[in-house]
Amino acid sequence: MRFLSRVWAITWKDLQSDFRTKEMLSTMLIFALLVVVIFSFAFDPGSRETAAVFPGLLWVAFFFAGLLGLNRSFVNEHSNDALQGLMLLPADRSIIYFGKVGANLVLMLIVEAVTLPVFAVFYNTGLPERWPLLLLVLPMATFGFIAVGTFLAALSANTRASEMLLPIILFPIAIPLILSAVEVTAGVFAGGDIAVLITWLKIIAVYDLVFLVVPFLLFEYVLDV
Amino acid sequence: MSDMIEVIGVDKQIGVKLILDGISFSVPRGQFVTVLGPNGAGKTTLLRIVATLMAPSSGRVRIAGDNISDDPVKARTRLGVMSHNTFLYDKLTAHENLAFYGRMYDVTGLDDRVEELLDQVGLTIFSNEMVQNFSRGMQQRLALARATIHKPDILLLDEPYTGLDQQAAALLTRVLSGSKDHNRTVMMITHNFEQGLALSDRLLILNRGRLASDLRSSDVDLDGLREAYYGDPADDRKGGGSE
Repeated sequence: MRFLSRVWAITWKDLQSDFRTKEMLSTMLIFALLVVVIFSFAFDPGSRETAAVFPGLLWVAFFFAGLLGLNRSFVNEHSNDALQGLMLLPADRSIIYFGKVGANLVLMLIVEAVTLPVFAVFYNTGLPERWPLLLLVLPMATFGFIAVGTFLAALSANTRASEMLLPIILFPIAIPLILSAVEVTAGVFAGGDIAVLITWLKIIAVYDLVFLVVPFLLFEYVLDV
Repeated sequence: MSDMIEVIGVDKQIGVKLILDGISFSVPRGQFVTVLGPNGAGKTTLLRIVATLMAPSSGRVRIAGDNISDDPVKARTRLGVMSHNTFLYDKLTAHENLAFYGRMYDVTGLDDRVEELLDQVGLTIFSNEMVQNFSRGMQQRLALARATIHKPDILLLDEPYTGLDQQAAALLTRVLSGSKDHNRTVMMITHNFEQGLALSDRLLILNRGRLASDLRSSDVDLDGLREAYYGDPADDRKGGGSE
């Protein structure tokens, strides 16, 4: 319980700061909406080609918007050396990781909740028949992306070119997650064998599980880098 | 008196450079110790090791009898750390900052404790003001409140007077002097001889990673301290570099 209450305190502290300044949230939202608008001009919304690339576009918008938030999540802790303050707390240092994951997850889910209906309108997709699957894959893939992204953001935050380094190390590691998320989303909109979609979902679940466990073992060392 | 801090044969090597070389000393409960030394002497490294922020290359550190490498979390419950960086969040108010750290330390009666500390450091009327609007002195006073929110047995201070105006420095001195009433053990790093001598019971002088002198404040005056610090002027000229 103590662990969770401390994780929540860090999450709330980050959200409180961001809701006050709206630095991260507004940047992420504007980016995701710009992707929607720009690609709606590039592709004919009603065409078959657009339907084929739509799942990819959706996740490009979400993942790159999420990346903007991830880049800032540990950089903010360097002002006044606040990260040292967190490292001095009498608790396992993984609370810092999970607290950050919580805040990043909330911000990214807000961006998705706002952007998804706009996507549906601009690309004329309507409500897919398998919408419950979409409601499943969105939080699962988002969690996986935020989990690995937060871990790597902590690693890259101490480097001089952290904002350039993060995408370069994050996207190769996130390939299984990105592929699975796009495949499941394509299956939601275009149909397909449900057993195959469940296999993709299982890959996402395993990915999420790995990045739920790894920080317990390694986050302490990441902070020492 | 039981020893609250025991540093036993601590070495710290970073790359090929030996930052600390066989440092040993102990600090009894309630003692105020000031660590002096030129830049590059290893003062901050020593404080970071005692604060569990850095592991020694060899040797041991005990806090209240417990080896910190065995259970750093337990050691941290007894430590309050204040450095020239405040560890505060600019976008939160003074009250929110203290409440956040209080929650992390499981402080009971948190609201009352926050109010008490804000009053102690003279920031009650700025309680709902964001820290980014604070002057350097106000931030440092709030940092002291943050470091003591959980009533730590040991206070570690790294250059706490950096950037403070006269008023803020006087207030900090008043609060630190009060530490003796709470039987709190204090280890402070400073370059300021006068402050070190006025506040502390004991003075440790580090030079090039070694403990050069261990003096009782009552046995030494300012001139004596300067003599012990500078010792051989030729040595001092050689001791530059970063910590």
